[in-house]
Amino acid sequence: MSQTDLIIHDEKDNVAVVVVEKTTKNQECNGWIMENDKTINITSINEIPLGHKIALQDLKEGDTILKYGHDIGKVVKPIAKGDHVHVHNVKTKKW
Amino acid sequence: MFMFTMSKLRSGKNMEIPKSFLGFKRENGRAGTRNHVIILPVDDISNACAEAVANNIKGTIALPHSYGRLQFGADLELHFRTMIGTGSNPNVAAVIVIGIEPKWTKKIVDGIAKTGKPVEGFHIERTGDIGTVMKASKKAQEFVMWASEKQREECPLSDLWISVKCGESDTTSGLAANPTVGNLMDKLEPLGVHLCFGETSELTGAETVCAKRGSTPEASEKFMKAWNSYNDFILKEATDDLSESQPTAGNIAGGLTTIEEKAFGNFQKIGACKFIDVLGPAEEPKKGKGLYFMDTSSAAAECVTLQAAAGFNIHLFPTGQGNIVGNPIEPVIKLTANPLTVKGMGEHIDCDVSKILTREMNMSQAGDELIKTTIRVANGRLTCAEALGHKEFVMTKLYRSA
Repeated sequence: MSQTDLIIHDEKDNVAVVVVEKTTKNQECNGWIMENDKTINITSINEIPLGHKIALQDLKEGDTILKYGHDIGKVVKPIAKGDHVHVHNVKTKKW
Repeated sequence: MFMFTMSKLRSGKNMEIPKSFLGFKRENGRAGTRNHVIILPVDDISNACAEAVANNIKGTIALPHSYGRLQFGADLELHFRTMIGTGSNPNVAAVIVIGIEPKWTKKIVDGIAKTGKPVEGFHIERTGDIGTVMKASKKAQEFVMWASEKQREECPLSDLWISVKCGESDTTSGLAANPTVGNLMDKLEPLGVHLCFGETSELTGAETVCAKRGSTPEASEKFMKAWNSYNDFILKEATDDLSESQPTAGNIAGGLTTIEEKAFGNFQKIGACKFIDVLGPAEEPKKGKGLYFMDTSSAAAECVTLQAAAGFNIHLFPTGQGNIVGNPIEPVIKLTANPLTVKGMGEHIDCDVSKILTREMNMSQAGDELIKTTIRVANGRLTCAEALGHKEFVMTKLYRSA
């Protein structure tokens, strides 16, 4: 088993969590989907630290972020596949 | 990491769960994991007296706090419920209650006395601090010497009342530490333990999914009522998007972006269990074994204090970035899956489940490790928080005083 760089909760999710100290620019990352034990590959286009999220697809303003297979917020700035997903480009739909 | 070196990867077989632990049997049939003699001030101005008594008599602990004057209505009821519940907790062998005046002091003494444990009240008016300290110290000495002869006895595992609350969460909490607690719940719930989760505001975004976990339509409805009421209050008082309070600055540093993401991570703590009832803050469960939801604040010390006051005798606290909270009467077991937290502040971590992230450990193995840690602590092993002196006792106040 090669090193797991990213973990994805649910197959429906459009983000993954970095589980290594950080990803580097243009790193080929190995992602593991917990729900069905599948693996995927994705290129990180930025440095992303442990615990932070990476986009698994291109996302545009107004899109919904799915994690755990559930809605966890809305995209407020376009995000490219492989880029860092966090408070600078995603906001809550609640408060 | 202090407690365990993790067992080697095994073939997915679950360990056999011990059927008992060594606890202190109490007069009312409950069992304690600890044997404290506490000095409980009724109000803020009695703290000095309570702390003086605890300083005089070794082996007792004072529980100073900030409230207890001019409260009224539901807020005052919560104050009494928390005071009486704390004294009644089976981790407490005996109680000295000290208040400024006799009436409220007696109300708390009478409430605790229903458990059958030794309790005595003292009031300061007409005597002053020095005379009260002398009288209360004599009684405290008697209590602590009596309690020191209590022995641990074999108690069924179902005597464990386990509360859970997470703190300084990050994405590793939702990935691994919280599901480890969920795995423990799934394994221990059929054995008849009492379980409790809370954090009403930190279920925001996952509230409809959580409501579906009510074991009856009444339980689900009660949950939604509690959540709606909390959410309305937040919307009324909020001046911005609660940035750096929900999620906290620590949550955000750890990669959590929104309250919804935090909520779904939080929710992993209950595994596949269903909750049988919804408790008010510090309310004792009355429907027997199983999982309860308690309407609590999401601040760590407030939540654990309320759960301890409801009678829970051991606490599981998954953390991501490293919340360090403890409680004076309910041992708080920390677990984390964040390898940086284990590396940087291992003295706070009782159970390291970071190997889930490297896939060297699966969730069931992590759950087994947490069960082992829980039973060792129930048997008397100090938690990291106890060894480090964490005794955060924080009363919840609902609104301004009269």
